Amino acid sequence: MNNVILVNLPFIVVALLLAVGFYTIGFKRNLIKVVIGIEILEGAVNLFLIALGYVKGAYAPIYTMAPKDAVNNMVLPTPQALTLTSIVIGVAVSALMLAFAVNIYHHYGTLDVTKVRRLKG
Amino acid sequence: MIEHLPALMIAVPLFGAFVAPLLKKKGSAPAVWAVIITGVTLGMALLLVREVLAQGMMVYVFGADKPTLVLPSGYRVPIRIIFEVDAIGAFMALSATLMSFIGAMYSYSHVRNETGLEKYYALLLLLEVGILGMVLTGDLFNLFVFLEIAGIAGSALVGFRNYRGEASEAGIKYLIVSAIASLMVLFSIGLLYGQYGNLNIAYLSTQIGFNTVDVIALGILFTSFAMKCGSVPTHHWVPDAYTEVPSGINPTLLVATYASLYALFRVSFSLFGKVSSGMSSVGWIMCVLGVLTMFIGVTMALVQKDVKRLMSYHAISQTGYMLLGVGVGLAVLNDPAKLAAFGRDAMAGGIFHIINHIIYKSLLLMTAGALFYVTGTRNLNEMGGLARKMPYTTIAFIVGAAAISGIPPFNGFASKFLIYETSYQLSPIFAIFAMVTSVLTLASFVKVFASAFLGPPVKKYEEVKEVPRSMVVAMLILAALCLLFGLFPNVVLDKLVYPAVDALLKLGSYQTWGGIL
Repeated sequence: MNNVILVNLPFIVVALLLAVGFYTIGFKRNLIKVVIGIEILEGAVNLFLIALGYVKGAYAPIYTMAPKDAVNNMVLPTPQALTLTSIVIGVAVSALMLAFAVNIYHHYGTLDVTKVRRLKG
Repeated sequence: MIEHLPALMIAVPLFGAFVAPLLKKKGSAPAVWAVIITGVTLGMALLLVREVLAQGMMVYVFGADKPTLVLPSGYRVPIRIIFEVDAIGAFMALSATLMSFIGAMYSYSHVRNETGLEKYYALLLLLEVGILGMVLTGDLFNLFVFLEIAGIAGSALVGFRNYRGEASEAGIKYLIVSAIASLMVLFSIGLLYGQYGNLNIAYLSTQIGFNTVDVIALGILFTSFAMKCGSVPTHHWVPDAYTEVPSGINPTLLVATYASLYALFRVSFSLFGKVSSGMSSVGWIMCVLGVLTMFIGVTMALVQKDVKRLMSYHAISQTGYMLLGVGVGLAVLNDPAKLAAFGRDAMAGGIFHIINHIIYKSLLLMTAGALFYVTGTRNLNEMGGLARKMPYTTIAFIVGAAAISGIPPFNGFASKFLIYETSYQLSPIFAIFAMVTSVLTLASFVKVFASAFLGPPVKKYEEVKEVPRSMVVAMLILAALCLLFGLFPNVVLDKLVYPAVDALLKLGSYQTWGGIL
């Protein structure tokens, strides 16, 4: 029983982070907090990918000076590559969102999403 | 040369995007550069379409000369980045490059007085790269990367007029929606990867079962792409984004939206095509979403006073037709008799409507941009009597409005008629909703025409003249295309649309990479 929880711990954390992220995006009024919510969501997805890539007893896919029994026992490096790409993209997205937030504060004088509503109807 | 076309389609606009900022302080050089690059890409897209229609599917592998190459260890699954271009991918690529070209040409005059134009054109080319990558790739993770590129470039362009607070507001809305949607796409890619250990769509579709995790992945993918293509109930970002973006970007942004629609179709027909019996309920969901989208979109459009916002709500409503058409096809996918009787034609209607809608909605949004260019306002109540001052814009508007309302002989009629006919055979209620929507569409465009172009001339606009030549040329090209596609729908249907439909339906040839595997 204890073992099941321990093995699945990363996935439980992923689920919790997803819930926190969606809650933050849905219920927080401050734009910066919404951006933070998206970052939490991104962290959850990245953690999910990393947790997928881990195989118990397997070796990291680095051939240089690898021990003999590692040759046919290496994990695929794909999830790690995906995570790196996703992190890089995430930086661009958050930079752009924060730039928009700064500009919105400049024009509206507030970051409250219920007050930033000139476009409606 | 020809066999490298799929890679060049990405490489050329990407190169153009990175060179464009270097042309700062060179007057109109960035604009000319963007027109050249998009023109070259359009030429390559035409070559690509010709090649795909003549030779069948093109498979391009990055880092290897042929796709059948296996690893030294004998591991026989595709591990490289693979572009898989079939007829529907080529069809979408042609739409994207055509619209980027027209948009770049229109922008030449439309945004001439703004600052930071080298960044504007760099982002325009980057948006084109994103769309082309999405529609040409055969790899799920690549799809995510290009989805994000298109999302970032698109929302930066929505916020381009950063001296207006509204532009930033629309930009952050679009960016939040696209960031959440693409993160969820990545999450479901993780779910699929965890089970099958691969990212290639063709390979995954041979492996896929329909267990609980697959259903969850399908649900998340479906919702995310529906969010990105502006279907009800997550349509709120569409009117804001389309209204605030400069009119020259509107065509490309429209295609970016429909690239998500393409991804939705690709997921439904190719990735999950093997489990077609389970997918028929997804088809029904798509139909119902389509009907809701078209009806809610048009009723929201009727009450608008801002001319561009009105047209943006129509863009939502027209997306509903495409969802309905292809949804009818998906609903009868596991029933060969019904598929042959009306399902294939319904899908042809939906896919033909994509290119028709891109053409006439771009035309309409450009006329709205022209009105804004001369009057400085988008409020319909403040305009009037512009028909005599701007004859070409008026002609372009009439053609566009007739096409969107489905009046023969314009192109909207051709695709809408296919959709009415075929959705009636699945369920008459769908067809009735589709027709009512068309009537309401006509009503709202009569309102625009009466208040902006007819009526007593407004004193403020006595001095206005027709818009500059590059804008007129861009609009007239699109108006001519509206008429051509409406007069000869059979040519377009046979040459472009039915091959695209068959590419979606022929799962076997997609899975084996056109017989190479």
